Amino acid sequence: MAEMLEVSVLTKRFGGLVAVNNVSFSVREKEILSVIGPNGAGKSTLFKLISSFLTPTAGEVRLKGERISGMAPHIAARKGVVRTFQETTIFKNMSVRDNVVIAHHLRSTASLLGFFIGTGAAKADEAAFGQSADEILALLGLSSLAGETARNLPHGHLRALGIAIGLATNPSILLLDEPFAGMNHEETMRMVAMVRRLRDLGLTILLVEHDMPAVMKISDRIVVLNFGQKIAEGTPSEIQANEKVIEAYLGSEDEAIGL
Amino acid sequence: MTRNRNMEIASVVAFLAIVFVAVPAAISASGRFDLYYTLTSVALLSIASAGVWLTFYIGRINIGQGAYALMGGYVSAILVMNYGWSFWWTLPVAGLFCAAASVLIGLPILRLRGVYFAMVTLVLTEVARLLALALPITNGAKGIVSIPLPGALSVFGLTIIPDFATLQNSRLAFYLLAVTLMVVCFGVMYRLVHSRIGKLCQSLQQNEELASSIGVNIAYLRIIAYAVSSFFGGVAGAIFAAISQSIYPSSFTVTDSVNFMLNCFLGGLGYVFGPMLGTLVLYFGWDLLFQTGEFQLLIYSGLMIVLMLVLPNGLLSLAETRKKA
Repeated sequence: MAEMLEVSVLTKRFGGLVAVNNVSFSVREKEILSVIGPNGAGKSTLFKLISSFLTPTAGEVRLKGERISGMAPHIAARKGVVRTFQETTIFKNMSVRDNVVIAHHLRSTASLLGFFIGTGAAKADEAAFGQSADEILALLGLSSLAGETARNLPHGHLRALGIAIGLATNPSILLLDEPFAGMNHEETMRMVAMVRRLRDLGLTILLVEHDMPAVMKISDRIVVLNFGQKIAEGTPSEIQANEKVIEAYLGSEDEAIGL
Repeated sequence: MTRNRNMEIASVVAFLAIVFVAVPAAISASGRFDLYYTLTSVALLSIASAGVWLTFYIGRINIGQGAYALMGGYVSAILVMNYGWSFWWTLPVAGLFCAAASVLIGLPILRLRGVYFAMVTLVLTEVARLLALALPITNGAKGIVSIPLPGALSVFGLTIIPDFATLQNSRLAFYLLAVTLMVVCFGVMYRLVHSRIGKLCQSLQQNEELASSIGVNIAYLRIIAYAVSSFFGGVAGAIFAAISQSIYPSSFTVTDSVNFMLNCFLGGLGYVFGPMLGTLVLYFGWDLLFQTGEFQLLIYSGLMIVLMLVLPNGLLSLAETRKKA
């Protein structure tokens, strides 16, 4: 399988603290790769580095061979690296459908002036975005809520909307920041099924997550971080049997590995 | 949908008929020619307030519009007095000058959010006043006075606008000029807000990080909105200078900047026409309270506080709740 995203010897220092230390791995096309690790392992920093919300101290991130680290977030998004957010980050005063329509902005061919005047290209864009938004909403089971103001959605649907916004940008790789945080078992299982379906539709997904059972269930491969360094990489069963991983988890918190 | 569309067209026509026909007719019937000056001021102030509203729309509290109004006034006055330009040319140039200045100023300060941006823009108004006092070209505290009235504007030998000095009633001419520009300004604003640009501005207002993650160039959009805002401020200031035939460092002060912002609050931050209504109500409200003498400011501020508590979404939200009920 071809490599979609390549992380090589990535390092990020905050003053004297090394949050991410020489981390290298790659995400293959159409796979779900999870990054896990105990609290403070550097997952969030790594996530921000990959999505270009932070600039690395050393090393680089490449998308299909093109260096994207150091780019502004909106440029990285344009290249195809799109993230969702940990909290329920949405445009809360817009309707659900408008949230997804506006997220098609990347695909627009018309200029801002074109949208102001209302040129043919702009009108065609609007129509295409509306149709695509409806398809995405249907895919994520949000169709019936399309007209609702986003802030009124229940928690599980908010997370789905966050993913819908990400999908609307037509990403090469979608980065999910703790997609299962704060969800109950049922919601988690629904989200797992949804993310797997996206993968089956051809999307490459990288996620950062705490929820161990969900990670084991969803991932094709797993990368484990501890104190900013990669300590293991492999399939879920390999990770479950890995001594270093068990030690890292049992040494820091009483979260059991596996199902 | 078509019914809505018809309603829209009908309200636009009604509005145009009121400002261009009914108001002048009523004024000449009643003989209250001083109202022309008042309404001209309202129209111009609402143009400047529309600019402030647009910066609100991208999530920035702008208390610096006075700076651009002052700048626009001086640019127009200096071009007319020192370089012999026609007022009509100075009008767009004043707007563009302010827009260009706002790009330079906005690049560093638009990164700030919330109260930090508000504070910097507040200081901006004061800086503009001090600059006007200090720079040699602005003639210090004496200001620029005896600015001639706008001359004739002709295109290809055809006179579109007559020389204001030859008119019997230059008040009416200024009123028509201000109202025409106000209509154009709010037309542009309406179109902006109801096109994709408006949605993009809203996305900035609601969540800049998410907007950036879906590929919106937030820095660029902020600059554009701020430049349009300042353009409106500059144009309004330029006409004010022409009407009063003078401009001083104190022509636009922090109080004016605050008022532009209050106009937006009062009318409603969620409605394009909010600043227009807000300006009208505030301007006349202030005048009505004049009879209360020393208590004017007290009553005025008290009323503003109550209105903000009772109607946090502005006067226009009243129409909305009635529609829903």
